This record gives sequence, C-alpha cells and structure tokens, in this order.
Amino acid sequence: MKPFAFARPGSVAEAVREVSAEPNAVFLGGGTNLVDHLKLGVARPDLVVDVRTLTSRETTDTADGGLLVGAAVSNSELAADRRVREHYPVLAQALLAGANGQLRNLATVGGNPLQRTRCVYFQDVTTACNKREPGSGCAAVGGYTRYHAVLGVPAALPDATAADTCIATHPSDMAVALAALDAVVHVLGPQGARTLPFRELHRLPGDDPSRDTVLGHGDLVTAIELPPLPMAARSTYRKVRDRASYAFALVSVAAALDVDGDTVRDVRLALGGVAHVPWRATRAEEVLRGGPATEHAFRAAAEAELAAAQPQPGVDGGNGFKIPLLTRTITATLRDLTEGATS
Amino acid sequence: MDADIRLTVDGELHELTVDTRTTLLDLLRERLGNTSPKKGCDHGQCGACTVILDGERALLCLALAVAHDGAEITTANGLAPEGELHPVQQAFLDHDAFQCGYCTPGQVCSAVGLLSEVDRGWPSHATADLTSDPELSDAEVSERMSGNLCRCAAYATITPAVQQAGGAR
Ligand SMILES: Cc1cc2nc3c(=O)[nH]c(=O)nc-3n(C[C@H](O)[C@H](O)[C@H](O)COP(=O)(O)OP(=O)(O)OC[C@H]3O[C@@H](n4cnc5c(N)ncnc54)[C@H](O)[C@@H]3O)c2cc1C
Ligand code: SF4
Ligand code: FES
Ligand code: FES
Repeated sequence: MKPFAFARPGSVAEAVREVSAEPNAVFLGGGTNLVDHLKLGVARPDLVVDVRTLTSRETTDTADGGLLVGAAVSNSELAADRRVREHYPVLAQALLAGANGQLRNLATVGGNPLQRTRCVYFQDVTTACNKREPGSGCAAVGGYTRYHAVLGVPAALPDATAADTCIATHPSDMAVALAALDAVVHVLGPQGARTLPFRELHRLPGDDPSRDTVLGHGDLVTAIELPPLPMAARSTYRKVRDRASYAFALVSVAAALDVDGDTVRDVRLALGGVAHVPWRATRAEEVLRGGPATEHAFRAAAEAELAAAQPQPGVDGGNGFKIPLLTRTITATLRDLTEGATS
Repeated sequence: MDADIRLTVDGELHELTVDTRTTLLDLLRERLGNTSPKKGCDHGQCGACTVILDGERALLCLALAVAHDGAEITTANGLAPEGELHPVQQAFLDHDAFQCGYCTPGQVCSAVGLLSEVDRGWPSHATADLTSDPELSDAEVSERMSGNLCRCAAYATITPAVQQAGGAR
C-alpha cells in the first residue's frame, strides 16, 4: 500500500478545507470500500481525511414530515430505524439486502452511495480500465460482463480501446431505493453548502468514465434527506442474485405503488445492477400512471423501459439474460405490491 | 507515516504508534499477539476477522487502526473471563459447530453481535414483516450469519448453536 498522511479534523468545514487543499486527498467513511481499494492499489491517495466521526450520526424528523439522515449513520442503524421500516420499507429492505451484518455496522450512509463499481477489471490494476486509469481502454468489453450494464450504454457495440468506454454498473442497493424515493443529498463543498436531487448525483460515463458522480473535489456528503412520500409505506425492494444472500445484484427493483381500485394512481420505480447509475425507470412510470394495475400492464411498462436496453456479449455468455430477468422481476414486484394493497 | 493511537483490547489499554496503513487486524495479530481474529481473505469477504468493535460486530481487515483511535475491541479471547466460556462458545462446543476451527472465533463474535441485534429488534433480509420483532428462526440465523464463511461447512451445526445461545432451543 502506498504511504498516506491521515487527518481527523475538528469539524466538517475543516475536513472540506483539508481535502480541497490537497489534490490527491480523499474522505474516509466506514472504510469498507476505500480500504479495500487502498490494498488493491485502485485508490492511491496522499492524504486520507476521516469524516466518520465528524458528520452527524442522527436521523431527525424534518418539518415537512420526512427524515434527515446524517452521513455517519451506519447502514444497520438506518435499516433498523422504526420510522424507515414503517414509512420507507423499500429503503430498509435495500439496506438489508446489501453486504452483511458486520459490514453494514461499519458502512456509512455517506459512503454507501459513493462506493465504486465492483467491475472485476476496475479492481484489477493489471488490466485496462478507463475508470481507474483514464484513456487505458476497457477490459470488460467482450470479457466477463455478467455484472455489467444493459441500460445507458451506446447502441453500437462498445470499443474496448476507446477512452470513453465503460459498461460498469453501480453496485449499491441503498442507492436504488434512494433514487426511487426522490431523496435529496446535502453537500458541503469548498463554495459552501448546497443540496441536489439524489437522482442527479450519479452520472453516465459520458466522455469521462473516471467520474461516478457530479460531486467535485472536496465535496462532502453531510446528510441524505428523505422527503415525505405517503405512498412509500407500500414499497418494496427485490434483489436477484447468484446466491440467496451476501452477493451483489444481477438485477434489482425498488418500487412504490399507489393504486386506486384497479388504476395506478402513482408509482416510483428504480432499477439496480443494470446501469452506471441507479436507474430511475421514468419511461415505465409514465406508461403505468393512470393505467390499469394489471400484470399485463406491468409487463408492458417493463418492456417499454427496456426497449433501449443493449445486451453486452462476453466470454461468460454475456448479460442478455438481464432483459427478460428484469422484465419478470419488475412485473412480479409490482404485482406483489398490488396484492399487498387488496389484502 | 506514523500516528499515535489508544486502543482497548479485551479490557487492556494499549498506547501505540502505528503506520497509517495498518489495519486493526494486522495490529492485533502482529503487534499485540492476539491471533484470535483470523485473516481469511483480508478484503471483507469471509468474516474470519469479526470482533465486537465499540459494541457492534465488525470486521477488522477493512478498518484502519488510525481511524479507530480510542476504540474498544472485544475478540473471541476476551468474551468471557479467563478460564470461563461465553454462552455462545459453550453452545458451539455443545453442537460441534466447527471442524478445523479457523473460522470459529469470527463465527462466535458474529453470533454474539447478532444476538444483541435481535434483542434490540433489528430486522434482517429474512424478516418478512419489517414492523415486527424478529425471531431466531433457521432462516433468520442463516441470513444474519451469511457474512461468516466456513470452508468446512459446519453451517448445519452453527445455526442450532446460535439458537441455543439465544435461548431459542
Ligand atoms: C464483501 C462485500 C460485500 C458487499 N456487498 C454489498 C451489497 O450486496 N450491496 C451493496 O450495496 N453494497 C455492498 N458492499 C459495499 C458496501 O455497502 C460499501 O462498501 C459501503 O456501503 C461503503 O460505505 P463506507 O462508509 O464504508 O465507505 P468508504 O469505504 O469509507 O468510502 C467509499 C467512498 O465514498 C467516499 N466517501 C465516504 N464518505 C463520504 C462522505 N461523507 N462524503 C463524500 N465522500 C465520501 C470515500 O472517499 C470513498 O471514495 C459490499 C462490500 C463488501 C466488502
Ligand atoms: S467497465 Fe468501466 S470499470 Fe469496468 S473495466 Fe471497463 S472502464 Fe473499467
Ligand atoms: S479477513 Fe476480514 S473478512 Fe476475511
Ligand atoms: S470450521 Fe473450518 S472453516 Fe469453519
């Protein structure tokens, strides 16, 4: 591991100043992703600034009836919070579907959405990877693509040697729920405090796959806000993986559904394991809103969302299986929510 | 680069100067001679390095020592007073819940943490009704112990051992 200096400043403002002043500095949360990357040589900072005990470890009620979750709250504490279990079950379930008990106790609310991709080539410093080493190419193209993207990727087969190629997925389960819930990110940056919609936090690779999010250097996530969303009381997270537990998602679905008789009054739908970002399924939502709450309609909405999906070939058989798998998973998740409504 | 930290391990206070790159796992094993937490994978994947860190079960291999200045750690060695067994350790003996024993200190600490989580009503992926208080069913125990791998596959006896220690059997 490359040597680095370590700092735990006295305040969040100081932490932002310290990171801003050193181009090769990073924030440290629970360390469950960053320390792994220090060991692998994927992250090579000169300065590590610990914020785990600086940001808030409280979850407070907001004036409008939502929740403000401090960045230092652990993944387990948030999943166990009675308010989350009752009003935002999709979030509790997504958290509980991720990692394991020991990791969730360390992992923070600030760090979880900012964890990096689990693309095996990204984690292997001997391979070409535009995200880790800009301009080096993308070893995932035609390689092991089982965990890679089918949405938000170019229509043409990606070029393994191009500097803008990246077909990685975002691995966080929590982030998929936050995208569905229209969460808001509280950021303290070198220019002061600001908020941004969680759905705008992550970005598609564009011409710079090295950047996962729109955050700039020195931007610290201080809290995540959950706006009030009464329909989220009937919400759920469904994760499909290679093992029954303790594995990253092949595909996942976060959904909240509000039905009036046989009609979909409102819906929130986000997908995981399929794109460089937690994928809010806005096309499917449009198709569903005001339409019938039937299995047929759910399937049609899923198909509409996935019409632009691009399966990636690979030595492991590629990831084309994700499209029918996702169609079925979206359909079943929405159906389960309507059954919950009538019982 | 070095930093000074204080650490309480199994009731004993240590004042140490550590390289900032040192994990708590290497610190305990190499510097303090406490080899009860094991190094299985060193990447957070196997659970062999599980201990109780500031009251909750946690992995040591992804924890930088400098980031845990002032922490209190209980390893499998320190769960019970010298010469005695913690109820979880006794239950593992009663059920033959190991073969080679390499994963066992981590399994035991994980079980201790898990039982405390269940006592506080924390749900898991196996909890069907999130608003209810969880019980120690087979499915709950397997899910909650999923972060502790056992290459000897003693799982079938680990589950009842955890249930016994939790008063469910
Ligand atoms: C074996 C294993 C299995 C896993 N399985 C899953 C899974 O199934 N699903 C899942 O979702 N996750 C899984 N994870 C990932 C885990 O959830 C993340 O590692 C964890 O949530 C990251 O949080 P942290 O606080 O430890 O972040 P850290 O490792 O401390 O940081 C992660 C990144 O965020 C930055 N950062 C941290 N805090 C802040 C902040 N407040 N502001 C700005 N930047 C910040 C860091 O600089 C770093 O780049 C798994 C991890 C392991 C090791
Ligand atoms: S998919 Fe992205 S992260 Fe994976 S090797 Fe290609 S550029 Fe790197
Ligand atoms: S050694 Fe820590 S989880 Fe494997
Ligand atoms: S008893 Fe041998 S690894 Fe678990």
